[in-house]
Amino acid sequence: MSKHFVSAIVNGDEVEFRCDSGETLLDVLRTKLYLTGTKNGCGTGDCGACTVLMNGRAINSCLVLGAECSDMSIETIEGMAVGGELHPLQQKFLDHAALQCGVCTPGILNMAKALLKENSNPSETEVRFGLAGNLCRCTGYDKIVRAVMDAAAEMRARRT
Amino acid sequence: MDYHAPESIHAAISLLVNAEGDARVLAGGTDVLVQLREEMIEPNHLIDIKNIAETRNISICAKEVRVGAAVTGAELGEHPKVKALWPGVVEAVGLIGSHQIQSRATMGGNLCNASPAADSVPALIAADGKVVIAGPNGERKISIEDFLIAPGKTALAIGEFVVALALPIPPTRTADAYLRFIPRTEMDIAVVSAGSAITLDEDGKCTHARLAVGAVAPTARLVKSASGILVDGLLDDDRLEQLAQATSAVCEPIDDKRGTVAFRTQVAGVLACRAVKLAWQRAMERDI
Amino acid sequence: MNEKRKNSTRSGSNFKWVGEVTPRPDGVDKVTGRARYGDDLKLPGMLHARVLRSPHAHAKIVSIDTSKASALEGVKGVVTYRDIPDHPLATPPYPPIIQDFHDLSRNVMARDKVLYDGHAVAAVAATSEAVAREAIKLIQVKYETLPHVLDPFEATLSDAPILHEYQFTEGADPDTSKPSNTFRTLSGERGNLVQGFSEADVIIEREFSSQPVHQGFIEPMACVASASEDGSVELWTSTQGHFVARGLLSKLLNLEISKLRVTASEIGGGFGAKTTIYGEPVAIRLSQKTGRPVRMTFTRSEVFRATGPAAGSRCRIKVGIKSDGTITAGDAEIWYQAGAFKGAPVGRALDTFFSPYNIKHIRAAAHDVCVNRPKVAAYRAPGAPMATWAMEAVLNEAADVIGIDPIDLRLRNAVKEGDTSLKGTKHGRIGLIEVLEATKNHAHYTAPLGRNEGRGFAVGYWLHGGGLSSASVILQDDGTVNVATGSPDIGGSRSSMRAMAAEELGIDVKLIKPIIADTGSLPYSYQTAGSRTTYATGMAVVNAARDVIDRLRALAATKWDIGVKDVRWDDGHAIPADKYEGEISPLSLKELAEVAMKMGGAIAGHSEINASGQGAAFCAQLVDVCVDPETGRVTPIRHTVIEDVGRAISPDYVEGQMQGGAVQGIGWALNEEYIYNENAQLQNTGFLDYRMPVASDVPMIDTVIVEVPNPNHPYGVRGVGEPPLVSAPAAVANAVENAIGTTMSHLPLTPPKILRAIGETIPEAAE
Repeated sequence: MSKHFVSAIVNGDEVEFRCDSGETLLDVLRTKLYLTGTKNGCGTGDCGACTVLMNGRAINSCLVLGAECSDMSIETIEGMAVGGELHPLQQKFLDHAALQCGVCTPGILNMAKALLKENSNPSETEVRFGLAGNLCRCTGYDKIVRAVMDAAAEMRARRT
Repeated sequence: MDYHAPESIHAAISLLVNAEGDARVLAGGTDVLVQLREEMIEPNHLIDIKNIAETRNISICAKEVRVGAAVTGAELGEHPKVKALWPGVVEAVGLIGSHQIQSRATMGGNLCNASPAADSVPALIAADGKVVIAGPNGERKISIEDFLIAPGKTALAIGEFVVALALPIPPTRTADAYLRFIPRTEMDIAVVSAGSAITLDEDGKCTHARLAVGAVAPTARLVKSASGILVDGLLDDDRLEQLAQATSAVCEPIDDKRGTVAFRTQVAGVLACRAVKLAWQRAMERDI
Repeated sequence: MNEKRKNSTRSGSNFKWVGEVTPRPDGVDKVTGRARYGDDLKLPGMLHARVLRSPHAHAKIVSIDTSKASALEGVKGVVTYRDIPDHPLATPPYPPIIQDFHDLSRNVMARDKVLYDGHAVAAVAATSEAVAREAIKLIQVKYETLPHVLDPFEATLSDAPILHEYQFTEGADPDTSKPSNTFRTLSGERGNLVQGFSEADVIIEREFSSQPVHQGFIEPMACVASASEDGSVELWTSTQGHFVARGLLSKLLNLEISKLRVTASEIGGGFGAKTTIYGEPVAIRLSQKTGRPVRMTFTRSEVFRATGPAAGSRCRIKVGIKSDGTITAGDAEIWYQAGAFKGAPVGRALDTFFSPYNIKHIRAAAHDVCVNRPKVAAYRAPGAPMATWAMEAVLNEAADVIGIDPIDLRLRNAVKEGDTSLKGTKHGRIGLIEVLEATKNHAHYTAPLGRNEGRGFAVGYWLHGGGLSSASVILQDDGTVNVATGSPDIGGSRSSMRAMAAEELGIDVKLIKPIIADTGSLPYSYQTAGSRTTYATGMAVVNAARDVIDRLRALAATKWDIGVKDVRWDDGHAIPADKYEGEISPLSLKELAEVAMKMGGAIAGHSEINASGQGAAFCAQLVDVCVDPETGRVTPIRHTVIEDVGRAISPDYVEGQMQGGAVQGIGWALNEEYIYNENAQLQNTGFLDYRMPVASDVPMIDTVIVEVPNPNHPYGVRGVGEPPLVSAPAAVANAVENAIGTTMSHLPLTPPKILRAIGETIPEAAE
């Protein structure tokens, strides 16, 4: 395995890490940068628990190599609340009881954040298809969908 | 395993030619990383082609649309012109995986993975797409049908890789469509799929038709008889019935965890008709 | 004290915190990524463990050579069955739920035979994940393969391959001289079946089958074990019950209970599967052998191959009904796949078939059958959904045949207070009739249906758990409070514990921080399972809070120099009795907390209970689906869950339980299943092909909370979590049957099965 020295931006901070060719961004985040808020549910891109934003797009961090991340900007759940204030999505997830065990929550919040950037006023169907790559086994999705739509409304209201 | 990120076609070919042991090309990685993790492949070299300009471009000239092999599904879906020209192809690529997958997955990778169920393939065959291949002996261009040989096997020779996919500029009143059957609404591999491209004349009569089905044979199949059934006619129940039967007749599927022989054979006919109807309707709505 | 409270369960809700929506205490940690789950702990010097698993469904282990793996640089320790103590077989009489350490030892690490694809054979601990992965490939195992059997009915036939030569059917009739895959058959009977069926106008007899389904929690099993040279062990694990895990581990590994300290991490779903142990004993042994902390995290594929799914089943049922809708007799028999070791949920199956109905003549039998699949584990109402599906499907068919409304049919036979179940449970105040009436009155029941759409209905019964729970309520000197319980919080139970404590103490929930204490810090508590936590652990919290109040009253009495009897507690204050009114000012909890530190010492209340008095819960569901007649694809379009929850302490999380259970039921009914190849190797070991519902597969799930309080709980709680799954598969399957106009008897109702059924009903598939 060759080693790679990678510098990237994580949650706005410059970071440097060393990784093997085979190590994924998920491995790097969890074991090298100790950002364990990004969860490993399957390792094959099927559950979405490891979703982070890379250059503004939602990705499965288990399907990206650490070596591919040179100069990339990564946003993880740890960077979502700013200055001690929760992001509207985080707040609405609490208000709507949109989490039970909470292990899928960081991935879903990141996916929802990317989704609302593309579409500030999604329909229920658009939210459901937007979150189709994020499995939740506890909630049956109902309250998650409501929370995302309510957060979208709040974010639209804040902008005007 | 060593990871390489060449920045030119030449550098990539040289890495592929000179690699000791097994070398794998990496584009979006949504198949390759899964195969690595499951230890289905254990290459010595991983050659990332995303940093090569030609793989990242979408270009449109008078004759063809060229989509770089490392253009992601999301980027393709956001391109204003390709979707207007070949909506079915763009939709097919858009069906691959979740939003997260779309941020990484590429049409080139979907093709090179050579799964019998690959979503982009029936649509590409219907649109008469070509594969642009770079190698030690220069560039060559072959049809999708010739490129795909067997499950997991392509016509790529040692030192070669796919740089782009080329789609013709469609004739007037041409449109395509792609549909797949999955038990869920998302996140599944196609159990059966069908892609169709239809060209109509001014009276709404079909002048050209291509239909391909996926996941019903070792590689996606062109339904050759579709052209004879549809060309020179209007879309009626009788032709659709013939089409369904002709489609089912070319199917040689297997029973596996995703579906049965009987189901795939029957539903291939259903999807073929639905895809043709949708492409037909889109072609009718076009005045160019 | 608290007379008002004791009576209030029947007087409607005039509570301040119980039944209110309050911000969840662990919420912020879970939306910011701060919450620590099983795989999130890293200790200095920690090693990474990986397990080698059998590729064979059934084989003798001839030899295991670990020398090459041990020699690999970075490998610090290797474990095989030789490192896991063996235990004798359990002997009769067997309890309803068996925990056999002979089996547990072999399931944790295969001993003489491997019994399923994925069975653990050896494990290594290494300095990195990558080294550990390499190392297990170097372990050489010689197998001698044996024929396998997967189906529970086929496994009972005389020529079936035998999994355990030492297993003889308990109480088998007539021959017990031959080893058998059937561990036991539980049965129950009352009345006279011949008479019952002779009274019937209509008799319906059907057979059903279902495939194993997995709990599908998103967090794979994960733990970190750290063993010390002094014999003590610390374990951090994702579990539904760390006290139970400690009990299993201490006995299995011969550890002293007090020296094994288990901390429950945050848990990323369990649904029953995390009530037992898998990687923990191996991680502990690796830590003991290497002298270093060891983390063991399963891959998703290991979770599917080697952790317990719910049992697959074969079932036959016969029900007799009079034309007025009276059920006269029921006879049911079910074969459950236990997997590689005995322990299918046969007792619960027996108790489920007929329990919602008052039927004179009934018989039920359930067989616990070993097959070459992973040993089953509990899954949300274990044993109940399949039995319920069979009975409800037959009742819906019967309603159709005799031309009676399906809910009216249930109302005519519904169990009430004073009725007795087959198992002998005499019902107290129960809410089946209220649930059925709420269902019938719901707009969903009579809403028009479109083309290719069908509506399903089913109701289910579940007797939730009680048992051992402990709690401490600790008053801090600033007047804030910690509530410590031993029940891992999977779905928001800390909110409910806090609400009940706040209600008792008379203080704002914001002043209370609930925590989950480790096994060294609190007395024994059962698992978060069996829908028991809010009921049993909630009772312990209420008791402990009342204990605090008693101490605070005593403190106030001392300070005021009056008798304790002359101090009452109301709305967060110690209040002197009427005769002192005006003479002494009341003291708030906060003021008393300060006084305590100067006068008698810190104040805490404790409770250790064995909760009983739990009452049955009933849950009905209405489901609309649309079926594509050309492809057999099912789209759920409307879903309503109606459940008697006794009292909803945290209504938003009660709704969440109802919605989550319903969607698990949709998955079970439509697409989820274990698929094996001809060599009995599992083919769908990931979420790609184990098709759990995704967000776009399901509609909003409407909920109707019915509250018929259980008088045995201080706030009237009934178990909430499991009942929604009991009736969900039955309701979904019924909706599909209704949409396509034919009966469906084999779950999951995949498109190929539906298309075939449509083809058989209608010669030419409708457009």
